[in-house]
Amino acid sequence: MSLHPGTAPHTDTDPHPDTASLGGLVEIRGVHKSFGDLEVLRGIDLRIDPGSVTVILGPSGSGKSTLLRTINHLEPVSQGLISVDGEVIGYRREGELLHELHEKEVLRQRTSIGMVFQSFNLFAHMTAVGNVAEAPRRALGVPRREAEARARELLTLVGLSDKFDVYPRQLSGGQQQRVAIARALALRPKVLLFDEPTSALDPELVEEVLAVIRSLTRAGTTLVIVTHEISFARDVADTVVFMDQGRIVEQGPPAEVLDRPRHERTRAFLQRVRTGAEAADEDPAPTSPPPVEPSPAPPADAPRRPSHPSATALALDPTTPLPRYLTEDHQS
Amino acid sequence: MTSSVVSPETTQRTPTATPAAGHATATGHHEMSCPPPAAPPEDLSRLRVVPARHPGRVVLAVGVGLLVAVVLYSFVTNPRWEWGVVAQWFFAESIIRGLLETLKLTVMAGAVGFGLGLALALMRLSKSGLISSVSWTFSWIFRSTPLLVQLLLWYNLGYLYERITLGIPLTEITFFDARTSDLMTPMLAAVLGLGLHQAAYAAELIRGGILSVDQGQLEAASALGIPARDRSLRIVLPQAMRAILPTAFNEIIGLVKGTSIVYVLAHAELFFTIQLIYGRTQQVLPMLLVATLWYVVITSALSVGQYYIERHYSKGAVRTLPPTPLQKARARLARLRPTPTGAPA
Ligand SMILES: Nc1ncnc2c1ncn2[C@@H]1O[C@H](COP(=O)(O)OP(=O)(O)OP(=O)(O)O)[C@@H](O)[C@H]1O
Ligand SMILES: [Mg+2]
Repeated sequence: MSLHPGTAPHTDTDPHPDTASLGGLVEIRGVHKSFGDLEVLRGIDLRIDPGSVTVILGPSGSGKSTLLRTINHLEPVSQGLISVDGEVIGYRREGELLHELHEKEVLRQRTSIGMVFQSFNLFAHMTAVGNVAEAPRRALGVPRREAEARARELLTLVGLSDKFDVYPRQLSGGQQQRVAIARALALRPKVLLFDEPTSALDPELVEEVLAVIRSLTRAGTTLVIVTHEISFARDVADTVVFMDQGRIVEQGPPAEVLDRPRHERTRAFLQRVRTGAEAADEDPAPTSPPPVEPSPAPPADAPRRPSHPSATALALDPTTPLPRYLTEDHQS
Repeated sequence: MTSSVVSPETTQRTPTATPAAGHATATGHHEMSCPPPAAPPEDLSRLRVVPARHPGRVVLAVGVGLLVAVVLYSFVTNPRWEWGVVAQWFFAESIIRGLLETLKLTVMAGAVGFGLGLALALMRLSKSGLISSVSWTFSWIFRSTPLLVQLLLWYNLGYLYERITLGIPLTEITFFDARTSDLMTPMLAAVLGLGLHQAAYAAELIRGGILSVDQGQLEAASALGIPARDRSLRIVLPQAMRAILPTAFNEIIGLVKGTSIVYVLAHAELFFTIQLIYGRTQQVLPMLLVATLWYVVITSALSVGQYYIERHYSKGAVRTLPPTPLQKARARLARLRPTPTGAPA
């Protein structure tokens, strides 16, 4: 099926939204990961609902990046299973046996899992449009003109309509990261992974990238974000996951994990991050609603339903219409 | 140009520009330190940049210039160079034919060398230990054997293996069968010898370039589901080119001149032709000069090509591309054309 901005609108209260295909269900079961003798992930179990926003917090070295990278099989797991919409990532399951998939199959699976890196990793020899169009052309075989037209739409969505033909090195860090987000969106992923997307940025550039990610939370894609921006986590997360030493210490809605942490380690970590960051921005006002987004926060116990993307759901600039292909079904 | 704080004459006359410039800034400071309400705001557009002087460079340039002049003078005036003979033979038909043969050898050996070199480099970086050791062994053998030996071995392959046969072993079926000495022309031996030798070096060169590309580029491409072939050819190689090109052109220029070694196979390329001629006419030096001048011409053409190809691949790697010599010349012309009104005559 395909969805167009003109069809009957769904709301968050719709009991049976049939738009679930927009976001993928990620299931992580009993995942262990070792590098040699070092066990980095020690049994991770996590269910990430379709269309939900999950923020992963934790001290340095706790395995956050590694967990994220196992989700798209950049790191194969040592033990356990990861699946997206029921499809095991990196393996084909036959009863008790897991057959390693051929690279071609893994690449196909990755096209539905986008990733944004801390260090952007834009292709330095390609323009912004070239960067965004590359994966659809090479991985999905979209013709060049079509891919580039889409790329321009996506770059417009992230507010870079004046930077189409500019090379990454001629862009600011924040702009580069926005190109990287557009590049990840170009494959219409069911799941988007962000590994500290703002850590490499100057403080004044952080907000422009967070604004783009915030706009994505309304588009129905499942988002998994590793970040140290606590107030951002409070703002957008349905679930906050706190990791330490390769284990999930606690998880729950931000109001619980961030404001009433049950574990001493979480409290200590939040304390450390707060004293560092909150000295600068005076008042994150934990209970006040986010200023930009007037929509009420979803109930704490239920994950946010994937809503039908409205014409402006993704656009930073509300006058920009949402490109049709973003609202259509994922590639089958 | 507008009238300036420091008059052009003062800067020209004083050999060291620093006192004049220092004076200019001092006056500026003096104006600025005046009580704010009384002083009119300083007109910053009047400030002028005085370029730094480099007396050492001037001395060096003059020295080098003199040296070049002396050498050129001796070239022109020494009758032993026999410029008349050089001119007579420079465009001679046999020379041009030899030159074309040299170019043909260069192109073919270069294609074999860099084509195979790329394959070897990718093999060497393969995760499979077997494939990577095959590549390593190839480079090891072909870099350790002198080029002259390789050429003679290929040419004399017929002595080692009389016939070359392609078929299914232990059956009567053959697809191809020929006498080796019929197949192995001097040209083929030369292309094989030069090409395989070149490939061993090109492989290392390309591998180095590939290793210089940030690992994050490959990771991002894998995460986007881009197939391995495109990751190599579209993401990594174009970026590796920047590191590869300068040395690769060095190698190609070396190859142009390296083809002269093929004279041992009596193949009529430029250098062999030259030797034939001076063997007959005894005009050794002027003929060597003819060859040298042609090699200079080829190398110069390659250098121009190198400049533009390197420029092409530095797109995105530098914030702004420097102008090409042509663009610079045009810009200079454009600056000259409209008669500057304020310029000092
Ligand atoms: N490829 C690797 N080989 C060996 N050890 C690794 C590798 N990648 C990660 N590690 C180790 O795994 C541990 C967890 O790393 P990871 O990058 O997942 O931490 P993180 O939680 O993302 O930390 P940070 O907040 O600093 O990014 C670290 O001790 C790290 O040294
Ligand atoms: Mg990390």
